[in-house]
Amino acid sequence: MTRMRPTFRRLVASTAATGMLVLAGCSAPATPDSATGGATLVVATSDEPDALNPVLNYGVDGASLIFDGLVTRDNDNRLVAGLATALPELSPDGRTVTAKLRDGVQFHDGTALTAQDVVFTYQAVLDPTVDSTLRSDLDMVESVTAPDAATVVFRLRYPYAPFLQRLTLGIVPAKLLAGQDINTAGFNRKPVGTGPYRVESWTPGDRLVLTANERYFGGRPRNDRVVVAFVADDNVRAQRMRAGEFDAAELPPKLASGFDADATYRVQRVPTADYRGVMLPTGNPVLADPAVRRALNLAVDRAAMVSGLLGGAGEPAFGPIPPTSEFADPSIIGKPTADPTAAGTLLDAAGWTPGPGGVRVKDGRPARFTLMYPASDTLRKDLALAVTADAKKIGIEVTPAGLTWDAIDPRMKSDALLMGYGTPYDPDFVSYKLFGSRFAGQGYFNPGSYRSEVTDRALQEGRDQIDPALRKAAYAQFQKQLAGDVPWLFLAYLRHTYVLKSSVRGVAPRVEAHEHGVANSLWWNIDTWTRS
Amino acid sequence: MTRSGRLAGAGPVVRRRLLVAVPVLAATSIGMFALGAASPVDPAKQYAGAAAFTASEENLAQLRANWGVDDPLPVQYLRWISNLVQGDLGWSTSRHEPVASVLAARAGWTLLLIGVTLALVLVASLLLGALAAYRRGGVFDRGLRTAAYAVESMPVFWLGLAAIAVFALALGWLPAGGLTDVTATSTSWSDVAHHLILPVGVLAVSQAPWFVLFVRDAVAESLRDDHVLAARARGLPGRTVLFGHALRTALLPFLTLVGTHLPELVGGAVLVETVFSLPGLGAVTVAAALGSDFPLLAAITLVTTAVVLAANLATDLAYAAADPRVRLDG
Repeated sequence: MTRMRPTFRRLVASTAATGMLVLAGCSAPATPDSATGGATLVVATSDEPDALNPVLNYGVDGASLIFDGLVTRDNDNRLVAGLATALPELSPDGRTVTAKLRDGVQFHDGTALTAQDVVFTYQAVLDPTVDSTLRSDLDMVESVTAPDAATVVFRLRYPYAPFLQRLTLGIVPAKLLAGQDINTAGFNRKPVGTGPYRVESWTPGDRLVLTANERYFGGRPRNDRVVVAFVADDNVRAQRMRAGEFDAAELPPKLASGFDADATYRVQRVPTADYRGVMLPTGNPVLADPAVRRALNLAVDRAAMVSGLLGGAGEPAFGPIPPTSEFADPSIIGKPTADPTAAGTLLDAAGWTPGPGGVRVKDGRPARFTLMYPASDTLRKDLALAVTADAKKIGIEVTPAGLTWDAIDPRMKSDALLMGYGTPYDPDFVSYKLFGSRFAGQGYFNPGSYRSEVTDRALQEGRDQIDPALRKAAYAQFQKQLAGDVPWLFLAYLRHTYVLKSSVRGVAPRVEAHEHGVANSLWWNIDTWTRS
Repeated sequence: MTRSGRLAGAGPVVRRRLLVAVPVLAATSIGMFALGAASPVDPAKQYAGAAAFTASEENLAQLRANWGVDDPLPVQYLRWISNLVQGDLGWSTSRHEPVASVLAARAGWTLLLIGVTLALVLVASLLLGALAAYRRGGVFDRGLRTAAYAVESMPVFWLGLAAIAVFALALGWLPAGGLTDVTATSTSWSDVAHHLILPVGVLAVSQAPWFVLFVRDAVAESLRDDHVLAARARGLPGRTVLFGHALRTALLPFLTLVGTHLPELVGGAVLVETVFSLPGLGAVTVAAALGSDFPLLAAITLVTTAVVLAANLATDLAYAAADPRVRLDG
């Protein structure tokens, strides 16, 4: 009887000992809290990078807080000089770009920035053994050279008007990475850049702590520290925002509207270039008829989608160039509400007559098609169902199908697909591949095999011509041609929603791209934020 | 019989179990790779994220070639095994860092959460279950059973969000999530402990009903046993009868329950980590599964399997230590 008790006690004791061992095992260096003088700002996002290295796709569009590019973007997304002394210029043939570097810029470790660092960064991106997806966007680069320590020369394979937009890529110090395997380098966790903040610590899955770079060439940040908390779950992020932990957090529109009524918070709905639409493949016998595509374009109720599905956080879309862009052509903007009467007239005239079950028929072929959407994306599912309901009203039967991408891929040539794209920086970036006939049927580039000589010519003109006025004319023609051909049903531009504490000052929202996490979010200029 | 006598033969048993563990672990890892092969997800597209839609097919093919994920499965498996034997767990394509460093950074927090919770659940359920059984049908017993059934029907993430709403938002006593205060300059243990109160509490409350009800029934049963009645008849104090006689008899099946319940505890921990934004293994396991990240999945599976095997072995040894009738020769 008495033997039992010690045994049981031993069991408890050994459990406790194991607990202590575990505690000791994951003990982090604990230093006493040092009182820092200035403010610490805390922002929260769901989107955690896998490496803090621009060569491995971190913050390639600039505003990465840790790194700087040769050029950067201002409040209106206009290019201004970054590490370069002035905005570099393209040579008249559009194939050479020369950039002069600023004097006296230092990396966080105190070493000086030279042209060799710029050359190393771009060559690393182009190296096939490096896991970079930016390489696809830099295929025009033939060579990068440094004639002297303060000059970088890019030589292009073909004229490329928007090339300066690609110079926002953050520059990494060659000395810390040369001769190493960039994919596995310790640098990716503990990076060194020239930016307004240097990395103090990064606990993956928890938070990234940044401290002000006292020697920042653009002026020392107005706060001492920035903490980026990584909180993947939307509800949890909203609750922790409510508990007062964050100064700013990215939240989905419906959760963000819960903060509208509270004066201690401010909700920012930031316009983006990120559109959602339906790709209509020409390989589908029903969708191949332009009358069907134009009728669908008239039948969809974009206003209802924005107010109902997006909670008001969006704008109706009529083309792939966002209305906030200087290249947007106002003439393509249609009615935001549905016009089923006009759509019906169009279908009648084209020979699609009402048939059994309310579905129109032409030459014995019923007007029906399948609309695929990625099953895990609830917004795309909602939009697909809305399109289905709108199409039914004009006698077109749509079958929505929620699938995985691997099931969608082989069917894109013949079934419609709810897709999303868009970049605020240059119309060439996505549209050249998405609507160019040269890319017909190549994966996600032009999956519906849309072909138009006018579109091809306009896209090529926009890429070749350096003169902004000529480019604008080319893209106006491109947008008009798309509005007539309707290879896509453009539905809506999304807005990104953020909740801020009212006391935060210095916030300057600008049109955002699809990707917004640590880099390129509402806090792109957090170095100028203060708290009142 | 002395204690050393009771655990005599433990050595050969441990050795035999280790020998059995090797084929079990090998079969588990092969199963992992086979499941991965059946997955149609492309790790390169998963890694590229939104860039997968703007990257050229050639670019994505280069990524796959860099990682060797297009090689036939047996080739990938043999490469993985030979690296494993050399102590290299491989490269996680979903986290883009070595598997060993993913585990090193995160496994500790998950083990801490599970370890502390398990200890709390064991102590609390033995105590509460025994007390409820002693006054069977009393107010405490009925209240405890009602609470246990109610909690058993609540999903753990719901419990977590409710706990945050009450203790973090309404009362403001405890932090709503994270490992440390978001603005903390270092990882101090008092800060971590403060942040772990809610997660551990929620996980313990969600796991406890099973254990509490089991202990209650088992103790209630053994209170009717002859030797307990005899102890009572001898006039021993109630506390001695309850904890010294009745609970001891009930303890043996309880050990088995702990061993078999461990996987469920791990599953609950994954959800709790998500709700309280803790940087444990939970989130990376989900990401690895979605992104066809064989090396990371295989490593996590191996670790989990090893823990379960070790728990079973520990249960058997504890059985032998607790019950004089059990002999370690099987």
